[in-house]
Amino acid sequence: MINPIEYKPLQSTKLMREAYCETLISAAEKDERIVVLDADLIGSSGMKPFFKKFPERAIQCGIAEANMLGVAAGLSLTGKIPFAHSFAPFVTRRACDQLFVSGAYAKLNIRVLGSDPGITAAYNGGTHMPFEDMAILRAIPDITLLEPCDPTAVSELTRQLAEDGLYGIYYIRMARKNSAAIYTEGEKFTIGKGKILSEGNDVTLFASGIMVTEALSAAAILASEGISARVVDLFTWKPADAELIKESAAKTRAFVTCENHNIYGGLGSAIAEVTARNCPVPIEFVGVEDRFGQVGQESYLRGEYALTAEHIVSAAKKAIARKA
Amino acid sequence: MNSQQLKEFARDIRVTTLEAFKTPLFGHIGGAMSICDVLAVLYGSVMRCDPKNPQWAERDKLVLSKGHAGPALYAALCLKGYFPREMLTELNQGGGHLPSHVDRTKTPGIDMTAGSLGQGLSAACGIALGDRLSGFDSRTYCIVGDGELNEGQNWEAIMFAAQYKLGNLTLFVDNNKIQLDGYTNDVMSLGNLKQKLEASGWSVVQIDGHDVAAISDAIKATSGQLPGAVILDTVKGKGVDFVEAAAPNNHHLTFTLAQLDDAIAALNA
Repeated sequence: MINPIEYKPLQSTKLMREAYCETLISAAEKDERIVVLDADLIGSSGMKPFFKKFPERAIQCGIAEANMLGVAAGLSLTGKIPFAHSFAPFVTRRACDQLFVSGAYAKLNIRVLGSDPGITAAYNGGTHMPFEDMAILRAIPDITLLEPCDPTAVSELTRQLAEDGLYGIYYIRMARKNSAAIYTEGEKFTIGKGKILSEGNDVTLFASGIMVTEALSAAAILASEGISARVVDLFTWKPADAELIKESAAKTRAFVTCENHNIYGGLGSAIAEVTARNCPVPIEFVGVEDRFGQVGQESYLRGEYALTAEHIVSAAKKAIARKA
Repeated sequence: MNSQQLKEFARDIRVTTLEAFKTPLFGHIGGAMSICDVLAVLYGSVMRCDPKNPQWAERDKLVLSKGHAGPALYAALCLKGYFPREMLTELNQGGGHLPSHVDRTKTPGIDMTAGSLGQGLSAACGIALGDRLSGFDSRTYCIVGDGELNEGQNWEAIMFAAQYKLGNLTLFVDNNKIQLDGYTNDVMSLGNLKQKLEASGWSVVQIDGHDVAAISDAIKATSGQLPGAVILDTVKGKGVDFVEAAAPNNHHLTFTLAQLDDAIAALNA
């Protein structure tokens, strides 16, 4: 458990994409069914070491994401465990129907890695900046949605997807160049269960991905003002951890949801759906207010889209003020 | 099966498809009738598969990418013994096993789900590649419609199959020259399809798609190092007069029991 008063953002020695690649190499050494597909972005996904080590099981698909996901579906039919990557907008917006029909509706077994979510697309700008990828996939049954916040979480979740006999469509939203260190090696993760990072009574801050460090920093600021915030890493967006959401509502009676995504259809919506049905409490949404992306440094974009710790702090105060 | 037996099997697939249509009295009858002969060759003599063990890993697989022609495939699978004849009355019925478009989770013997056009060839590429990685000598077959080739994903898959030299893959194009809104040449011409596929690195033959002997020979001729394509020149609604006569508006029709009975009698004559 992190004491917010003492919280300092830490950096890992590796990037998320390095953790992903290392884990898949280790899994592929043990299991011949693991195959990796990419759409002319191996240089970005960090999977060059895998392609070098397992050339037969590393499938370059060219700039053709729709075909890539269809090929992944076919590989799954032959018992392989495919991991397919492209930038998040291209494996969700562009190849949505393939993931729907050839993947989820056909009840096949595919892992999809979407990199550079939201503002982490930075210099690639609005065409590459997905604030909608999770919302698109959240409306499709049988797709599990994950957004890990650090390389340790990436390693452990990837290991589970490769080795634990899980079946279905899994989408991992990953800021490939992120190296924030939230967890220490050996941390356990259960898909569908959130992680309480910091305990508090006045408000719960739900976050995932790059918003976790912002939420922890916000908790530190709130603590200095005498407000105690629970911080939850809700790395599984679907299925959302209803038990933890209900328990947090009972304990803190106010929520702030923090997402590097459009507030329509994302993490906040998922939490609000559980809350409205079971345990109505005030919710403030920190996220992108239904806008397109744009080019810029990540730090600039954080301010532009109101995704900073300071924005979370003021949202928390608003939520607390709205308590009945 | 010899050629005579394959012709009879093709006739039986047509008759059985029409029997299945007796429940809903509507459906994608044109594009179902045009693929009955290739289905007869595949399930009558070419494909290595076992109706008692539909999930046998080393079987040959078929992806019916033009999933709306499902009723013809259901007829072939039923005649092969994948499921009992009584199930044919479930075509398009709520809760039944035979949806309008093929669904691998619903029907024994269906290898891949399809319906949203243009996706099947990609899945077939993945199956062919997966079986090759597994060291199986299985073959994968895929049937697409000519209209379906409007979908760009097919051309991604055509490049992919050539890049990976998927010699264990055969594509059939049901070239009936009609799509929903009219003649393919009027809606969106494919140009010279044979040349396009050859230029893409495929081994291609173009034949009479209703000649079972020619289909058998074409499969052999295109099974080599390169991915194979057989362009089947077909007639939409083949073998059923009222459907052929409705061309080019014969993609989806409603019909009467008497029309179906007359068509069955004519096929069996």
